[in-house]
Amino acid sequence: MDSRSRLQELLPKLVLAPSFLIVLVFVYGFIAYTGFLSLTDSRMLPSYNFVGLSNYSKLWALPHWWRAISNLAIFASLYIVICSVLGLALAILLDQKIRAEGILRPIYLYPMALSFIVTGTAWKWFLDPGIGLENTMHLWGWESFAFNWIKDRNYAIYCVVIAAVWQSSGFVMAMFLAGLRGVDNEIIKAAQIDGASTATIYRRIIIPLMRPVFLSAFVVLAHLAIKAYDLVVALTGGGPGQATELPATFMYSYTFTRNQMGIGASSAIIMLVMIFSIIIPYLYSEIRGGKGR
Amino acid sequence: MSAQNPDNVISHNRLTRALIYIALILFAVYYLLPLYVMLVNSLKPLEEIRQGGMLNLPQVWTIEPWLQAWSTAQIGVQPTGLRPFFINSILMVVPAVAISTIIGALNGYVLTKWQFRGSNVFFGLLLLSCFIPFQIVLIPMARILGMLGLAGSLWGLILVHVVYGIGFTTLYFRNYYENFPTELVRAAQIDGASFFQIFYRILLPSSGPIIVVSVIWQFTNIWNDFLFGASFSGAATTPMTVALNNLVSSSTGVKEYNVHFAGAILAALPTLIVYIVSGRYFVRGLMSGAVKG
Repeated sequence: MDSRSRLQELLPKLVLAPSFLIVLVFVYGFIAYTGFLSLTDSRMLPSYNFVGLSNYSKLWALPHWWRAISNLAIFASLYIVICSVLGLALAILLDQKIRAEGILRPIYLYPMALSFIVTGTAWKWFLDPGIGLENTMHLWGWESFAFNWIKDRNYAIYCVVIAAVWQSSGFVMAMFLAGLRGVDNEIIKAAQIDGASTATIYRRIIIPLMRPVFLSAFVVLAHLAIKAYDLVVALTGGGPGQATELPATFMYSYTFTRNQMGIGASSAIIMLVMIFSIIIPYLYSEIRGGKGR
Repeated sequence: MSAQNPDNVISHNRLTRALIYIALILFAVYYLLPLYVMLVNSLKPLEEIRQGGMLNLPQVWTIEPWLQAWSTAQIGVQPTGLRPFFINSILMVVPAVAISTIIGALNGYVLTKWQFRGSNVFFGLLLLSCFIPFQIVLIPMARILGMLGLAGSLWGLILVHVVYGIGFTTLYFRNYYENFPTELVRAAQIDGASFFQIFYRILLPSSGPIIVVSVIWQFTNIWNDFLFGASFSGAATTPMTVALNNLVSSSTGVKEYNVHFAGAILAALPTLIVYIVSGRYFVRGLMSGAVKG
């Protein structure tokens, strides 16, 4: 074999090599490093003093962390459920031969193009009782209208849900719409001949056919919820108090402002475990399903 | 999204159709409201906002808040306006998008047309890396950037965005090239075309749509990024989202809401324009991010 064809043989591997190294070091190496730090007594700077799992036991003993986890549970479940229901409803409505679909669909979807910082800025103001919705209702003569959730420790997390749903529900709509457009019209016609009402056709035939879309939407939304950071920073800054703290904001403040790097690293590992336990089974089944097709 | 599919065969009477349209229009109002509120209030003097009536059109129209947000607003310590940060974001986004798209295209080419033992494992690792919570890499990344002398620099930010962008760009090109006839590649190979010639002459000319998808996805993501910008930028390299957050959440002085809104729209404008101009590709990018395999 001459040298030119040897080179040709090696080229594909050479081209892939930088990416391979990057992923190995910057993703998996970094995960390993953070995992290692979570087992050390690192505070402001990394330390290599091994302390076993004590950061994890400290972490799970912190009320602050429990607050972040329970907020995530509330936020993620509402965010996933509302986005899915709203997205499916919008998609079904939009799938009724709507003439203005070309105008409406982009309107539902544009928030997805915005930065969470922009979304947070807009909603912070809209939800502010002093100048936003509450004030407007008062000016319109509804004096008793009260909506101060964003200032209320017990309700502020629902404000994060409101803004996040506004941002992402259009995306879920687009996923469902693509799913609906893939439904075979013959099945629907057959059901119509059998005398099934439109409501029944949706309930018994079309919505059950959307199962894979529900699954994709769940995976996408769940992983977005676990990663949620910017929106909270812009909307509430984690407050009032710790009322809207999430694991992502917890990790940042423990690592970079409270100088508890060991605990911050262990919280990042927990976030990773949460995401991987959702993503890995999903990717595995997708790839396997793709091969079987 | 395939709007070309045969229409839904379900039909409705006029009343139901009217109700569907009303519901769809109400939803459109819900999605447009925050943008409308930001826009009208960014054109009002501050006293008018304080009087309330956020939904009213300005009594006195002014572009002063826009000029302030762009060139004189106090951000951090300097009254520089958002302009320098807007420029920072552009200087960061353009190279990061270009580099990550080129790498993604080459990776996709190798992964579909030059598969070798282990290349699928590599793709799996790369795919998984798309979903990691970035908190997991913050600490080691800060150290590596410091060691490379890139801490707080624009090239440091570009590196970070390229590294965590190639997962998605590779995914796009791989899925796209998978449907490209391999026989054409083999035929060219027999004719003596080299690895890169095949890429340039045969695959690249038909890659237009997927390049657009990849560029839009990367542009939107990197422009809207907040976490990396907040963690790794210096005073002179702060990107737009971080500057906007500094502007909006600065606690000193009077809250100039109109300036905040003008700033928020300025931060949203580039991605909004991209979305309006090429929404079809934007949706395609979102969908292939959600539906893999």
